[in-house]
Amino acid sequence: MNQTNSGISKKVIHKKSLLTEKKKEAISGYLYISPFFILFAIFGLFPILFSFYLGFQKWNGLGEMEFVGFQNFKWILTDQVFWTSLANTLIMWVLGTIPQLLIGIILAYALNSALIKMKGLFRVSVFMPYVTSTVAVAIVFGVMFNSQEFGLFNVILSWFGVEAVSWSTSWWGVKIAISTMVFWRWVGYNTIIYLAGLQAIPNELYEAAQIDGATVRQKIQYITIPILRPIIILTVFTSTIGALQLFTEPLIFIGRTYREEGITVVLYLYREAFTNLSFGPASAAAIILFVIIIILSSINVWVANRLGR
Amino acid sequence: MSTISQTKKNTVSKLFLYTLLTIAAFLSIFPFYWMFVMATNDNSAINSLPPAYIPGSELVTNFTNVINTIDFFGAMWNSVIVSVITTIGVLFLCSLAGFAFAKFQFKGKNFLFVAILVTMMIPPQLGLIPQYYIITQLDWLNDLKAIIVPGLIDAFGIFWMRQYISSNVPDELVDAAKIDGCSNFRVYWNIAVPVIIPAFATLAIIKFMYIWNDFLWPLVVLRDEPSFTIQVALRGLIDNYVRDNGMILSGTFWATVPLIIVFLLLNRLFIQSLTEGAVKS
Repeated sequence: MNQTNSGISKKVIHKKSLLTEKKKEAISGYLYISPFFILFAIFGLFPILFSFYLGFQKWNGLGEMEFVGFQNFKWILTDQVFWTSLANTLIMWVLGTIPQLLIGIILAYALNSALIKMKGLFRVSVFMPYVTSTVAVAIVFGVMFNSQEFGLFNVILSWFGVEAVSWSTSWWGVKIAISTMVFWRWVGYNTIIYLAGLQAIPNELYEAAQIDGATVRQKIQYITIPILRPIIILTVFTSTIGALQLFTEPLIFIGRTYREEGITVVLYLYREAFTNLSFGPASAAAIILFVIIIILSSINVWVANRLGR
Repeated sequence: MSTISQTKKNTVSKLFLYTLLTIAAFLSIFPFYWMFVMATNDNSAINSLPPAYIPGSELVTNFTNVINTIDFFGAMWNSVIVSVITTIGVLFLCSLAGFAFAKFQFKGKNFLFVAILVTMMIPPQLGLIPQYYIITQLDWLNDLKAIIVPGLIDAFGIFWMRQYISSNVPDELVDAAKIDGCSNFRVYWNIAVPVIIPAFATLAIIKFMYIWNDFLWPLVVLRDEPSFTIQVALRGLIDNYVRDNGMILSGTFWATVPLIIVFLLLNRLFIQSLTEGAVKS
């Protein structure tokens, strides 16, 4: 409304120069947004389209390309290592994401309590891991998860009489180690996001429930969770996408051997492209990953919509 | 009677909450302490039973070994260059585009804005191989431009700036400045920019952290040591046949400390920026 008003008054004042003024504004507009579109065309859109093209080619990055139809996809989908990488990714998604979100909610609930002082100190402490780079986290935890008896986690296990675990070579060991890294770096971040959501809930709601004799569990179930729902959906969404793109932690932890116990889809893609120079199959893997992300995101949106009702 | 049991109950839950939060804070901070312990002990003290639990005296030796293994300061400098230039570039380009989307009328504006939002949904790995190919064709391999120029694409930044400018820069002010004969760019520079400093701070922290910590893309396009960012260089520490954990964690510790110090100094702004950005989008 306001805009139209000022537009009209401008028309009255600048009747003659209106057209040029409008044109000028449009030109400026296009000019100001053009850097994004130019850069995106070169480094975003073209690579994506070219990926779809490459998925059907045989190419090592230097020589001639050769059209091979669905060969690359067939090759990937019959490669047992690809399926292992997919299974690993999904397992670590569950191991890393679910505890992270649950404990994030619990910690946020604790931090939001009126009984707690020194909130700032706790907030800063739990958020600190997020400021640390993924590479640093993976290196530090890699040393903690040393498979020898003197590795920190094995020392802790020995206190309980548990034998040393070969973290870097055993099927579950690798996954638990990598999921722990993801968990540690992200749990505080999610805590703070949930905390922001909790702080938006008016205290009167809890007080009213208190008067009605609600237990803590009931308060969480009927007040906290429903109001937090959009934020929970958001964190599930982002952590799912993040988990599907897991790369740094496994690369640092299992190194250049690309051990099957810890290989993820993006690590598989990276190995195909930059170690084996099989750009065709690597592009096919990228396309498959893209499809998986779309499917999981759609499920996410669908579930969110159903829950929202 | 009921007030006494209420107080008792409060004390119990207070104790429980404090225990819970203290454990969480301890587990969050412990790896930093442990990193420092390892960074100050020699390998034999680390690789023994029980391992070293308290800081040792090898701080200088370990860091000297780091410098002899990787170009630590060179890599830190590269990271600073890349992160600072990309961040400044993004602040400028995104605020300019956000300003256009918020305050100018032009054909296809809404469509173009939605198109920018859609690009946020695309996983970055999808175009990885062709992106690498483009960098080789531009002859930007081992060149920091390979990180900086693609890093200037920031759909979230444009979205963020548009939202902020829409609600914080009054239309009347823009119109008045135009009537006074200000050029469009001067309106942006003199009217919008001073108002959107808080939005700059938020976006700067998000972007700087992202570029500083990024690993996959630098790993792909930076192949020679002189061009390494610190994240890529750190990987060089663990690639040796003989694993000197004291040296490895010394490098990791000193690469982590600067950002942690900045975080501790500006913790409110950091936490608010990094989480607000996620929620708003």
